[in-house]
Amino acid sequence: MSSRAVDDEPAAVLGCGGLRKTFGERIAVDDVGFTIAAGETYGLLGPNGAGKTTTISMVCGLLTRDEGTVTLQGRELDTGTVDVKAEIGYVPQEVAIYPDLTARENMRFFGKLYDLGGRELDARIGRVLETIGLADRADERTDAFSGGMKRRLNIGLGLLNDPTLLVLDEPTVGVDPQSRNAILDSVEVLAREGMAVLYTTHYMEEAERLCDRVGILDEGTLRAEGTHRELISLVGEHDRLHIDARGDLAAAATAAAAVPGVEEAVPRDGGIDVLARDVRASLADIVRAVDETGTGISSMEVDEPNLEAVFLHLTGKALRDEG
Amino acid sequence: MRDAWTIATKDLRRRIRDRTAILVALVLPLGLAYIFSLTLGDVETRGFEATYAVVNRDTGGHLPEEFTALLEGLDFVTLREASSASEADSLASDGEIDAAVVFPEGFTDGVEAGGGGEITVIGAPEAAISALVADSLATSFASNLDAIGLSVAAAGPGSPIDDQLVARAQAVPPGAEIRSAGADDRAVSQSTFFAIGMAVFFLFFAVEFGVRGLLEEREGGTLSRLLVAPISPSSVIGGKALASLVVGLVSTSLLVVATTWLLDASWGDPVGVVLLVICGVLAAVGVTALVATLATTTAQAGAFVSIVAVVGGLLGGTFFPISQAGFLGTIRFLSPQGWLMEGFQELAYGGGLWDVVWPLTGVLVIAAVTGAIAWTRSKRLVAR
Repeated sequence: MSSRAVDDEPAAVLGCGGLRKTFGERIAVDDVGFTIAAGETYGLLGPNGAGKTTTISMVCGLLTRDEGTVTLQGRELDTGTVDVKAEIGYVPQEVAIYPDLTARENMRFFGKLYDLGGRELDARIGRVLETIGLADRADERTDAFSGGMKRRLNIGLGLLNDPTLLVLDEPTVGVDPQSRNAILDSVEVLAREGMAVLYTTHYMEEAERLCDRVGILDEGTLRAEGTHRELISLVGEHDRLHIDARGDLAAAATAAAAVPGVEEAVPRDGGIDVLARDVRASLADIVRAVDETGTGISSMEVDEPNLEAVFLHLTGKALRDEG
Repeated sequence: MRDAWTIATKDLRRRIRDRTAILVALVLPLGLAYIFSLTLGDVETRGFEATYAVVNRDTGGHLPEEFTALLEGLDFVTLREASSASEADSLASDGEIDAAVVFPEGFTDGVEAGGGGEITVIGAPEAAISALVADSLATSFASNLDAIGLSVAAAGPGSPIDDQLVARAQAVPPGAEIRSAGADDRAVSQSTFFAIGMAVFFLFFAVEFGVRGLLEEREGGTLSRLLVAPISPSSVIGGKALASLVVGLVSTSLLVVATTWLLDASWGDPVGVVLLVICGVLAAVGVTALVATLATTTAQAGAFVSIVAVVGGLLGGTFFPISQAGFLGTIRFLSPQGWLMEGFQELAYGGGLWDVVWPLTGVLVIAAVTGAIAWTRSKRLVAR
């Protein structure tokens, strides 16, 4: 897939295009580009080694790029840039905190690097500690924290500067389900508040839940990009609706098949199966059509194609082979 | 600079919490200096022996014979024959004797005429302390000769020597000239030597955490967080170096004060000591930073720095005095520890700022060269 040009999205918070990075002979990232608007969560989905971390390292100005451009709020960003980086909140994949400092000391240190100080810094630290649920443990050394608490602090440090762009590099790797859910909730809230979020993951469920748009990255190249629906349609997959019903199932199937957007509807034992491009959009019409045939519906189940299927279709391999 | 200081204060806070840092920077050097000065000082008192030669070119003069008699009266001295200064020099070089005292022709006549004379002490390169003892004995003898000369001068030519005048004159500090040659002709007290040695030796361990900290930050993942922050990569490196400098300066200064106070060490001219400490800390930071940049992991960096610190310490004579002559005396200046030991001992002997110009220059050159290379390599480490 060709990269999106930076100039195409003047309103974007982040714009990058033509990113390329090689390590010796190995091409880690090749011609990757995307944009993220305010309040939008963009996911980079791909297995380990796909180039996700290399891409965000170039986006954050951590890694020199061989080719390409990165702009944040319209300003060019690279490894030598200083001021523009103040707009970025970065949450690295590993827990990047000082174990022999307390949570508050960690925050105070990083806050000072963002030119924060005094009451403003104290207020922000207090606010972030509340957000990540560590207010009551703020003055404990972090080497006494559980893995989940360390992860939450890791994210909190990325929020301290109230960033325009929040970059999270696989923040839920190795996290228990409860903490993972809390992290995903936090990201959703932040995006709703208007923050642009760049989220890398190899968990398909996280990308589906959080991301407004997803870029599928494999072997350093962006294979596809778009909304969930756009990606599904890209590979020609359909939604399936399983209706458990009693009555004239053949008539019900015929009525359902006549609904616009429905590709196929067939009767089966105890119900009918409907194949549609976007079953959720057509759901009300399908139910009405079946109901008008006098068939009684007892239950329904929507089976939508997922990004796993898209990834498999695009790359010929499963997303979690290496995850 | 403010960002570098923020990083440095964070590192210093962490160092203070890490008690091993205080152990390495203060407790170990102070403790070892105390133990060494106690144990090695005691050994020397109990077991000291020396072999000296008196070269008497003063045919017919009685003063060389008096000095020989003085040595014969000392039970720790063994006397050997030597007929000339060159033979004595050869014996000293071969380690056959520890020192030789040379009386030139006409020495006795010269002293008794009030014109003075010159005694030469030749020391063996590998017997610094024995040579120092010979030097002291010759100095003491020379004091008496000064008294005689003074009495002669006071009485006037041809008058009998007044014994009371001689006794009073003997209380006057020595004025006769002693020339030493061919050996480490001076030494400082045991406690001073080991105070200097341990301070110099452990300085390299005290400051090594600095640039090694860059690797630590990288391994802990915090380096990427630092580099995404709106600060220049140079601030990160500068912060690490700054923390090392502060630890080096504080620990060495405390050691100077503590050894002076507790071990009665005599460091000498304060201005010279301050300058040497500053330059020494700069060199230690430069060397350890350079070594750390050659490593790929924190553990490897620690091992590299330890090797360099121990080898440099041994080479520089931090554990035992190294003769100024010979191979070791030359190659010790390859290490900053060698220059520092030379400078600090020079000050302890009573030297002033001008006497340590070369050691200061040597240490500064090492600091500049290693620091510049380390800085360049560190920038590569943070800018990938």
